[in-house]
Amino acid sequence: MKALEINDLHKIYRSGFKALNGVFLDVQEGDFFGLLGPNGAGKTTTIGIITSLITKSRGQVEVFGIDIDRDFPAAKKLIGVVPQEYNFSIFEKVLDIVTQQAGYYGLSRDVARKNAEKYLRKLGLWDKRYTAARELSGGMKRRLMIARGLVHEPRLLILDEPTAGVDVELRRGMWDFLLELSRQGRTIILTTHYLEEAEQLCDRIAIINHGKIIENTGKKDLLRQLDRETFVLECANSVDHVESVDGIEFKKLDETTLEVTKTKACSINSIFSYLESKDIVIESMRNKTNRLEELFMELVER
Amino acid sequence: MKQHLISLYSIIRKELIRIFRIWIQTLVPPVITLTLYFIIFGSFIGSQLKNIGDYSYMSFIAPGLIMMSVITNSYANTVSSFFSAKFQRNIEELLVSPTPNWVIVLGYVCGGMARGISVGFLVSLVSLIFVRLPIHNLPVAVLFVFLTSFVFSLAGMINGIFAKKFDDISIVPTFVITPLTYLGGVFYSISLLPHFWQTVSRANPIVYMINGFRYGFLGTSDINVWVGLTMLIFFSVALFSANLILLKKGVGTRS
Ligand SMILES: Nc1ncnc2c1ncn2[C@@H]1O[C@H](COP(=O)(O)OP(=O)(O)OP(=O)(O)O)[C@@H](O)[C@H]1O
Ligand SMILES: [Mg+2]
Repeated sequence: MKALEINDLHKIYRSGFKALNGVFLDVQEGDFFGLLGPNGAGKTTTIGIITSLITKSRGQVEVFGIDIDRDFPAAKKLIGVVPQEYNFSIFEKVLDIVTQQAGYYGLSRDVARKNAEKYLRKLGLWDKRYTAARELSGGMKRRLMIARGLVHEPRLLILDEPTAGVDVELRRGMWDFLLELSRQGRTIILTTHYLEEAEQLCDRIAIINHGKIIENTGKKDLLRQLDRETFVLECANSVDHVESVDGIEFKKLDETTLEVTKTKACSINSIFSYLESKDIVIESMRNKTNRLEELFMELVER
Repeated sequence: MKQHLISLYSIIRKELIRIFRIWIQTLVPPVITLTLYFIIFGSFIGSQLKNIGDYSYMSFIAPGLIMMSVITNSYANTVSSFFSAKFQRNIEELLVSPTPNWVIVLGYVCGGMARGISVGFLVSLVSLIFVRLPIHNLPVAVLFVFLTSFVFSLAGMINGIFAKKFDDISIVPTFVITPLTYLGGVFYSISLLPHFWQTVSRANPIVYMINGFRYGFLGTSDINVWVGLTMLIFFSVALFSANLILLKKGVGTRS
């Protein structure tokens, strides 16, 4: 079953700005789906339309087969959303914010309290339940919004840059948490600027730019498209300019550091043997950038 | 339906928590202001004035002052609560949920009524220090207070929907509601006015609300109580519908 189906979605803001120019998107139930794109690409606009905060200009959106034009309330019940920007009252207490949200979805007070406790505990906020939201740190505020988005147990969870401004350790914790949700069969859509994040979490990835989906495949397929890979080599001694050869390009970064870009056809062995022939000893080697990032740049700049 | 009741209850609970969290701003100031009115207009000046009809000036203005506090506080609560929810964007919590618009309106309006009527009640208690009001027809008084509070909560909500900045929430109270209330026969009987001004006053809806409420206590009214009631019901329906239309169109709430 499709958790989300978007057909030919357009959005023209009142200012006249065309934010979406015909978005098509399919998300299967159970997918962990990444929606990537540069600033201003239309990610938040798309999510806004799915969650009714933004009205669409044209097009069709179905959530688990329910057309939002036909029965938006029924569709909304199945969706939980974690927005990009803080949107809770900073004066309200953590527990109130979460249980009250459950109430808006019609959950009885008992169930609301139970779910709120479950998710606040999982997200490490239970001790802060009587704290006013304004006294939380940035990372805690993000987690509060995640707990709030889950409290009615939605089948589809949409997260708009949930790890923005969250430190590395906490981010990993959040990843584990999201992967656990995904394993339990929940469909997750996530936008992020951290490409490493999409690579770690998502099994399907779509790339949006200028209000259009420019790529939509499985992560593996996407990576397979990537023809070139770049490594950074630390050498034991200082090196001179290294001549590029067929399929392998060298660039000197500093006295002892080389950057090498190879096409897929070339093996890494051939790099090593070539350098060996030049008497260059390699101490260590690392991937230059996230591979997805390279692909991303290629696609966006096309 | 049960689901809608839970949503409604959640909104009302949130509104009540808000009112009591900032009680220094919501409940105390109106009581202080109205106490001053009682002291100055009722005791100091009122004692120098002759009766209006069969009643002392103090007992004449008491119902009007209570009603005035109900009007301002009902309006102030919905306009500031709804605008603040827009400003902090927590209105999105409701918008993304399946809560229907009529429940949203009703929830906020119940919050406005809770504050309007609580303040009205506190002010009534204060008035007891100064005057012993007779009770002519309690159901009429209660009905007028509820409907008036309902109407002004609805009006405040419309203001909150349109408001884009903080200044926008005080324009209508300052330039429309306060003048209409002061000219609405709180401090005088409109039957004492020259004929022309009596006619003009009859175009002011607040005249009907204050007089209807006063009738409940004193049994006297400048206007026909039934006309007042009909008017309140008309405004209730019209403003509730206006709120529904605005929310449905997404004015001020959805981009
Ligand atoms: N209310 C609005 N009125 C007019 N234009 C808007 C409005 N909201 C967004 N836009 C424009 O629409 C485009 C898409 O914005 P959107 O927020 O969807 O981008 P995004 O992909 O979420 O970007 P980011 O990664 O920075 O969050 C941007 O150019 C933005 O300036
Ligand atoms: Mg965004």
